[in-house]
Amino acid sequence: MTKQPASPLLFSGSDWNFATLARAYEAIEAIALEELKLNVYPNQIEIISSEQMLDAYSSVGMPLMYQHWSFGKRFVFEEHLYRKGLRGLAYELVINSNPCISYLMEENTMAIQALVTAHAAFGHNHFFKNNYLFRQWTDANAILGYMEFAKKYVAKCEERYGTAAVEEILDSAHAIMDQGVFRYRRPPRLSTEKERERARERLEYEEQTYNDLWRTLPTPMGSADGESISKAEREVRERKKTLNLPEENLLYFLEKNSLVLEPWQREILRIVRVIAQYFYPQRQTKVMNEGCATFVHYYIMNRLYDQGKIDEGTMLEILQSHTNVVFQPDFDDPRFSGINPYALGFALMQDIERIATDPTPEDRDWFPDLAGSGNWLDTLLDAWANHRDESFILQYLSPMLIRKFRLFVLSDKAGDNFCEVASIHNERGYEAIRAALARSYETGANLPDIQVVDVDLLGNRHLRLAHYIKNGILLDEESRDATLRHVRRLWGYDVSLAGIDATTGETRYERSTTQMAE
Amino acid sequence: MPNFIDRRLNPKDKSLGNRRRFMRRAHEELKRVVKERIRSGRIADIDAEQGVPMPARGTDEPTFQPSRSSGQRQYILPGNKEFTPGDRIAKPGGGAGGAGSRAGRGVAEDEFQFVLSREEVLDLFFEDLELPDMIKLSLKETVSYKPRRAGFATSGAPTNINVGRTMRNSFGRRIALHRPRRSEIEAITREIETLEAAPPSPGTGKRLEELRGELERLERRRRRIPYVDPVDIRYNRFEPQPLPNANAVMFCLMDVSSSMGEREKDLAKRFFVLLHLFLKRRYDRIDIVFIRHTDEAREVDEDTFFYSTQSGGTVVSTALEEMLRIIEERYPARDWNIYAAQASDGDNIAGDSERCAGLLNGRLMHLCQYYAYVEIIDERETEIFGATDNGTSLWRAYRTVNEAWPNFQMTRIARPADIYPVFRKLFSRQPTTQQRK
Repeated sequence: MTKQPASPLLFSGSDWNFATLARAYEAIEAIALEELKLNVYPNQIEIISSEQMLDAYSSVGMPLMYQHWSFGKRFVFEEHLYRKGLRGLAYELVINSNPCISYLMEENTMAIQALVTAHAAFGHNHFFKNNYLFRQWTDANAILGYMEFAKKYVAKCEERYGTAAVEEILDSAHAIMDQGVFRYRRPPRLSTEKERERARERLEYEEQTYNDLWRTLPTPMGSADGESISKAEREVRERKKTLNLPEENLLYFLEKNSLVLEPWQREILRIVRVIAQYFYPQRQTKVMNEGCATFVHYYIMNRLYDQGKIDEGTMLEILQSHTNVVFQPDFDDPRFSGINPYALGFALMQDIERIATDPTPEDRDWFPDLAGSGNWLDTLLDAWANHRDESFILQYLSPMLIRKFRLFVLSDKAGDNFCEVASIHNERGYEAIRAALARSYETGANLPDIQVVDVDLLGNRHLRLAHYIKNGILLDEESRDATLRHVRRLWGYDVSLAGIDATTGETRYERSTTQMAE
Repeated sequence: MPNFIDRRLNPKDKSLGNRRRFMRRAHEELKRVVKERIRSGRIADIDAEQGVPMPARGTDEPTFQPSRSSGQRQYILPGNKEFTPGDRIAKPGGGAGGAGSRAGRGVAEDEFQFVLSREEVLDLFFEDLELPDMIKLSLKETVSYKPRRAGFATSGAPTNINVGRTMRNSFGRRIALHRPRRSEIEAITREIETLEAAPPSPGTGKRLEELRGELERLERRRRRIPYVDPVDIRYNRFEPQPLPNANAVMFCLMDVSSSMGEREKDLAKRFFVLLHLFLKRRYDRIDIVFIRHTDEAREVDEDTFFYSTQSGGTVVSTALEEMLRIIEERYPARDWNIYAAQASDGDNIAGDSERCAGLLNGRLMHLCQYYAYVEIIDERETEIFGATDNGTSLWRAYRTVNEAWPNFQMTRIARPADIYPVFRKLFSRQPTTQQRK
């Protein structure tokens, strides 16, 4: 008998084992690193069962999480849907950590395992490691260690202070988790010592430069009344300065300044805040993250097929799964539930490749630098590193793509009983659609803008929050009141929320916890 | 080379603790809802096969949410087919929503309802209720036993000898003690016979002598080592296993004479329904016997019991006699847990109440696990009778029964709202009867 030449196929059939997984991984890695020039964290691939996937779902995708009933609620909910067959489970789940952990489901066929390895272990992994938001705001090296600390800390608190007390704090902290992130700046990192040093220096400087002459200057208003007002105003300004107001991060403010919290309660607020901040970049880059992963798996799988490493059957299975993932139903389709981030992200990135290699005259007008340069990979690598959804769409959404999706803008005014079509995919509409779509992905602008504006620590300790109303969008009253009660619990004294129109400055509503019956 | 880890064998229920926390939170809320339902008096709803949706209260997670009914928004939607700028699309249903709610991301999680089965509702409903202690006691002292095989014993009745086991022991003993086999003895006997038959020769005499000695020894040995020895014998051992009595019969006795109006019947029915629900959870099988009486008692079906009217006088003892007859005929107290609930307005023909007490004291209370007497009175009468032990003739007569028997309970009901508290009182974990004694 003659010896059969070794098959070039990485695997055949749908069953997988660890040998085929490793073979496929190596082939994928070669393409990812050499051809796509990806830069990834070391990978850790874990095989889990469906129940473990449900577990992971319910703990917001973290491998370690403190215990709270709301995760149980999510679990019961997901399980309910899954058991009824209303919703399938994801093929994979990936965690922004170093090493990058990807969970693969044991039920997947080998073809899907290969697809998912390329998608998660290289696509998402590269994005996590290189995107500026993740680099700035999250610490992939430390997150697992921190979560372990958080879990143990919360468990210890429960042991010492009782489950009910800890649950109360967590309930309240979860309620303002969305207002628990720094959107524009890092928290001040000054140590208390440095701060005191600064205060002392300032005082010294004031003493040195004291000049009695200043006192003799007439006040600008010229009247006693005006002086008192300016004095009160000055006090308010002084107070705001010492407390660093206004403050957009409610959790941070309460953690640092609340008058009723015990140290362990502050630590729990901090844990919730750190987790909120950790997930904030993911919310801002959903389209890009999924687009990057989808683009990477699509490229790698096609390359594997070209190299003869996977057979037609496998490729068909992969293509079918890929098509499902990037399916975008029309707005009037019963399956429609918003724009599919996989579809949009993948289309945008493919479009970049097309513009770079095969541009139309229109593309040359819109993207003079990119069109025909042939250098799609560098453009993509640069975009993955330096954009978030909003800026990416604003930069790269081409008229061609708008036509392909047949996007249109519908403007909706409360009170009218109709919606008006504002723009469609025509020459006049492209820019408007692109801007509107980009705006809809700006997380910071779409969450209600609520800030701490004033608090009188020496008086009645009333905490004043302001909601800057954009486009006249108010808050849902029921959940607003319930959330305010949570803020009150953390602050310990009365809290009020004023709705201020961001453009006119006019106060639209004011709500205080004193008005609410407990 | 990546690091592959197989996590499939890790413990599965990582979020079990969370799930338990959630259930506990939901549980408290559900208990509240169920209790509210009882209070509002819709017992039929609980009896019916239907789930109770979980209210969101207590398990909602409020956050600052933009309100749907204010402001201006822009939706970017794919799949434009016919629209041009300026087209107006009517919002379905007038106000907000329409394209807006469709464009918004799914909010399914908030609409999530947690459906309880009927069993779970009942469990919540009866959570703090317990069968009175003495009833549980008599449940443990079950009267029927069933023999159950429980290994082997060295003593017992001859009918229970386990032949297989006995013969195995015997065989082992015979091998161990070298009991001579029949074939050995037969071989020697045959040799002796051949030698005896053969003409004598010098060697034969001595050989015969030897053989006879050997035969003698073997026979002696055979006698000394019996084929079956008493030590070999094993008996099948039987253990009497107490058989929990899982059957219960509930007797509903009601006065249907003209003095019992619709209101009284309705109250009585509610009490019976509660009792039935309660017993149903405890026993595998439960029969209900409806006995209604005027001046004569008859067993009837449920519809007749509650809805058909009959006129006549009132002789309560006839119902008790009918109950006794049925117990003797169909429900021997050995096999059945007997519960009885009697509802009446307390009217009785003169002299009969004492007879009723006699019947109860003498015979019925020996048979019953529990006997509840509910007197349905007028709301105005509560003020008169509420605090005193005075009352109708039946009430006074039953007082004596109540004092003698801890498993006899009596109480008065005037309003639907009374039923549940009364029921709780009758079946609370700490029966008041114990303290009264």
